[in-house]
Amino acid sequence: MRYLPLTDADRKAMLAKIGVADVHALFADVPRDKRLTRLVDLPRAKGELEVERELGRLAARNVPAGSVPFFVGAGAYKHHVPATVDHLIQRSEFLTSYTPYQPEIAQGTLQYLFEFQTQVAMLTGMEVANASMYDGSTAASEAVLMAHRITRRHKAVLSGNLHPHYRETIETVARLAGHEVVAPLPHGTAEDLTGLIDSTVSCVVVQNPDFFGQVRDLTPLAEAAHAAGALLIAVFTEVVSLGLVEPPGAMGADIVVGEGQSIGNALSFGGPYVGLFATRTKFVRQMPGRLCGETVDKEGRRGFVLTLSTREQHIRREKATSNICTNSGLCVLAFTIHMSLLGEAGLRRLARINHANAVKLADLLAKVPGVTVLNDTFFNEFTIRVPGKGAEVIEKLAAKGVLGGVPASRLSPDNPDLADLVIVASTEVNTDEDRAAYAKALREVL
Amino acid sequence: MATERFTKDHEWIRVEDGVGTVGITDHAQSQLGDIVFVEVPELGRNAAQGEAVAVVESVKAASDVYSPVAGEVIAANADLTGNAALVNEDAEGQAWFFKIRIANPAELDKLMDRAAYEAFVKESS
Repeated sequence: MRYLPLTDADRKAMLAKIGVADVHALFADVPRDKRLTRLVDLPRAKGELEVERELGRLAARNVPAGSVPFFVGAGAYKHHVPATVDHLIQRSEFLTSYTPYQPEIAQGTLQYLFEFQTQVAMLTGMEVANASMYDGSTAASEAVLMAHRITRRHKAVLSGNLHPHYRETIETVARLAGHEVVAPLPHGTAEDLTGLIDSTVSCVVVQNPDFFGQVRDLTPLAEAAHAAGALLIAVFTEVVSLGLVEPPGAMGADIVVGEGQSIGNALSFGGPYVGLFATRTKFVRQMPGRLCGETVDKEGRRGFVLTLSTREQHIRREKATSNICTNSGLCVLAFTIHMSLLGEAGLRRLARINHANAVKLADLLAKVPGVTVLNDTFFNEFTIRVPGKGAEVIEKLAAKGVLGGVPASRLSPDNPDLADLVIVASTEVNTDEDRAAYAKALREVL
Repeated sequence: MATERFTKDHEWIRVEDGVGTVGITDHAQSQLGDIVFVEVPELGRNAAQGEAVAVVESVKAASDVYSPVAGEVIAANADLTGNAALVNEDAEGQAWFFKIRIANPAELDKLMDRAAYEAFVKESS
């Protein structure tokens, strides 16, 4: 039996119907040099054991985060995820369920989404949070679109110290939508965006702690934005920071978005992650995604409903508030379980340990000759200046078995000013031995 | 006396001195169910005939409201922003959506009068 049911004649008929000469024409939007012109050179057949051995050999070329002193952050963080989390999310009711299109039948799903929203609203200091987005960067680009809808303006001002991936995501959507983006390059130093804010600006997007780890009071920026009729969008990449840092909602943010990976979710090669999205109640109709609510049934029993989804794509089609409104259900569940296990006091304690570990590391690295710590404030991540190229230092450290951080040039390659900067994170997983090994290796390679 | 016209998309327009007041019909509100949110157009916006300029959202669906004629939006009903349920109570009266300065009065001729609209509703139900 044929596994692929289409014949060449079927394909020809379909292509003729839509007026396309050959199937390659359908991929015209993919740059030519990014397309494969022929199949990858792989053996036609191998036994299971041989394949396992070969893949094992390939996997061994990676350095797993848990196997070495690990200080890599810059948007994704290694934290300890309790075994309970993985065990619970693997229950089949959760693991295999799809996004609830007939939602009220899945009360358990709605309940954890409701609890997740409550946690996100409390963490961010906002009034309402949605049931999640893909990840931090898409949540940020959705926040910009939402600000455009609210203000009916189409120009966003981005902080230069916003994570470059977030900036690129916002710029990609803006380019396709014909919206304007004003953004200084990442620079690592204090910035004053107020000069860029005028009555044509819909929103100011600022990250806290920023890409370089610096923590700031967003209040003056919120006030400047509001004075011009614009909104303040606060972004975070490290959600654990909200256990210690003033919540963005208390500093005047109108929309708060960020990455939730740190709680409950492993690094997993960069995804899937979970985008958090919160705002003020008065903007809720312009918020993308869905919102679960608590209610009572006709007998007065507690129950959960999808309170808001009338603007989603399955109802509104091309006029939907957002077309990236799929939530990250399983990652949300992991987040919610982990956060429930921590509780408010546990989260604060975890955040304090993170900060204390980072302070210890910064003190050690500052003593290494030639190294300067740039930050005057930070949470669990900071930036150092090294002699020479940061990327080369990181490679040399890796050869000594220490993953010492992210060279800023890796995420912002066109910016020579950042070539000697390395962004370093230290979470609760790092021990005194890890930190000592880092400082020793750094001394040796410089 | 004001001229009253209706569209196939269930908007009404009442015209006085070159200005049309626009809302959705009582039939439309009864079909939508409990209305929870209304988004009105911004002032000064120029709309083409049939262009989506407002949104009405019920517990069941969110629908566009189309401008029955071309023109400039000169007023929007602020009462609806805080009290969308007014549309259920008085769709063809107090719950008007916006007022528009009509660019081309001849466009009104393409719309239905009340008798024709009622027949249209009966026919399509």
